[in-house]
Amino acid sequence: MNTDVTGTTPKGEVLLSVQGVQKVYSTPTGRVEAVRDLTFDLGKGEFACLVGPSGSGKTTLLKVISGLMPATSGHVVLDGKEIDGPPRGMALVFQEYGRSLYPWMRVAENVELPLRAAGVPKAERRARVEEALEQVDLAHVPRSYPWQLSGGMQQRVAIARAIAYRPEVLLMDEPFAAVDAQTRADLEDLVRKVWKELGITVLFVTHDIDESVYLGERVIILSSSPTIILEDLHIDLPAERDQLETRSMPEFVEQRHHVYEQIQKAKRGYNADTASMPAVAASGV
Amino acid sequence: MKALKAISAALALPIVIVIVWWFGTMNETNPFVPKPGQMVTDLFTVWVGPLMAEQVVPSLYRLAVGLGAAIIVGIVLGLLIGGSRLARALTGPAFEFIRAVPPPVLLPVLLLILGIDDRSKIFLIFLGCLWPILLNTIDGVRSVDSVLGDTTSTYGMRGWARFRWFVFPAALPRIMTGIRLALPIAIILMVVSEMYAALDGLGYRIMLFKQTFQMGPMWAGILIIGLIGIVMAGLFRLVERRVLAWYYGQREVEKQ
Repeated sequence: MNTDVTGTTPKGEVLLSVQGVQKVYSTPTGRVEAVRDLTFDLGKGEFACLVGPSGSGKTTLLKVISGLMPATSGHVVLDGKEIDGPPRGMALVFQEYGRSLYPWMRVAENVELPLRAAGVPKAERRARVEEALEQVDLAHVPRSYPWQLSGGMQQRVAIARAIAYRPEVLLMDEPFAAVDAQTRADLEDLVRKVWKELGITVLFVTHDIDESVYLGERVIILSSSPTIILEDLHIDLPAERDQLETRSMPEFVEQRHHVYEQIQKAKRGYNADTASMPAVAASGV
Repeated sequence: MKALKAISAALALPIVIVIVWWFGTMNETNPFVPKPGQMVTDLFTVWVGPLMAEQVVPSLYRLAVGLGAAIIVGIVLGLLIGGSRLARALTGPAFEFIRAVPPPVLLPVLLLILGIDDRSKIFLIFLGCLWPILLNTIDGVRSVDSVLGDTTSTYGMRGWARFRWFVFPAALPRIMTGIRLALPIAIILMVVSEMYAALDGLGYRIMLFKQTFQMGPMWAGILIIGLIGIVMAGLFRLVERRVLAWYYGQREVEKQ
């Protein structure tokens, strides 16, 4: 199969642009190249999923995009400005919900803190916190502590905090990998709903193939590390998605199958090194 | 009912000890062996009254100032040093050295430099209490959760905002551990500092009673030291339960 690394050009205005990003870690045993060369654009209002086999440098990539970690080469541009630290227009939801909420603050305080730190006036803060908690169906627990809630509820608090912050881009790093299957389905639908209602741009990292096809308007398939883009796939599914109906549609099954094949290929070690030397790989032994 | 149970559990062992002690020393004629009845009598007849204000209050004042300064300086320095890899590398060996020197050893020198008034005694208490608080605060800052740190960064919290809302509360359990360790050190150094070249204080008075063979009042003074320790530990626990309610709540949930 040919790999389409040029990508689909996003419709409309480009909001986030990842340009030739490479990340090399210096470890005591030598240099480890986690990400080889990644280039893609994210249009305003898009919902894109990054999917790749485990150990494909997804988290590294997200840390570079969110400005938590500098790229070794290449750069990330948000809204025309190159990122050199966490930018105002981004919010990041982590997989480890238990470690991303402040345990000494109540739910509402957790959601409010980024707004407080950003100097948003009190009345507006209160309104935004209330609204965000309503959007994630947690309006009834503002005075609880995060650790008094279930895992799924904690992740919803983290999502409420992100949307109250009103980011241009919402980054999500395998946010539902640690919750049970039923909660996971609910949270997937919640993220779709929030995305549609707020019109924000979502970049969703996952290792779950079904999840990526179900959620995204676009799925970017990554190779194993050192990471390159294997394929940039447009998802042909109706905007209204349903856990039962969508997942049983022939288009869904077909695209899921396709992504699955690509991931299998990546798992067999298809990465930047083998991709650039296909002849060697084929006739090597 | 629950409170009653807790109180009786706390008092059971002391009551047993006092009873054994009481009967064990009933026919004792050696004047150096303390008797519980005599101790309590001496506590009320000798200590309660003007002696309390003259000797115990100055001690408590020095204890409060020394310990209070150690808490403030320990936390502030600890947050600053703990937050900087360079500062940690620079201060590490020096702290290990200073920490290994027992504070009472420094007392004669301090007396010569700072004089025999309150300053040398307060400074000694401060110095002894500083280390557990400072080192625990540094460790607390170092061991804050990396995911929570990333969260704080992505929401643009830097500098003071980061300290106030993230680093300080996250390090607070360790800071409180440091303070708890400092409490008995403060009491020990309070008494020790008053044993040399002092004009007043609990330690001074206890030594004076000893030198004049007034064993009952001497033992009653020692009893007061123990009572100060209990009151301080109780106050500390009240504060800790309040400021670390979230920490104990979370641990309780994780245990289940």
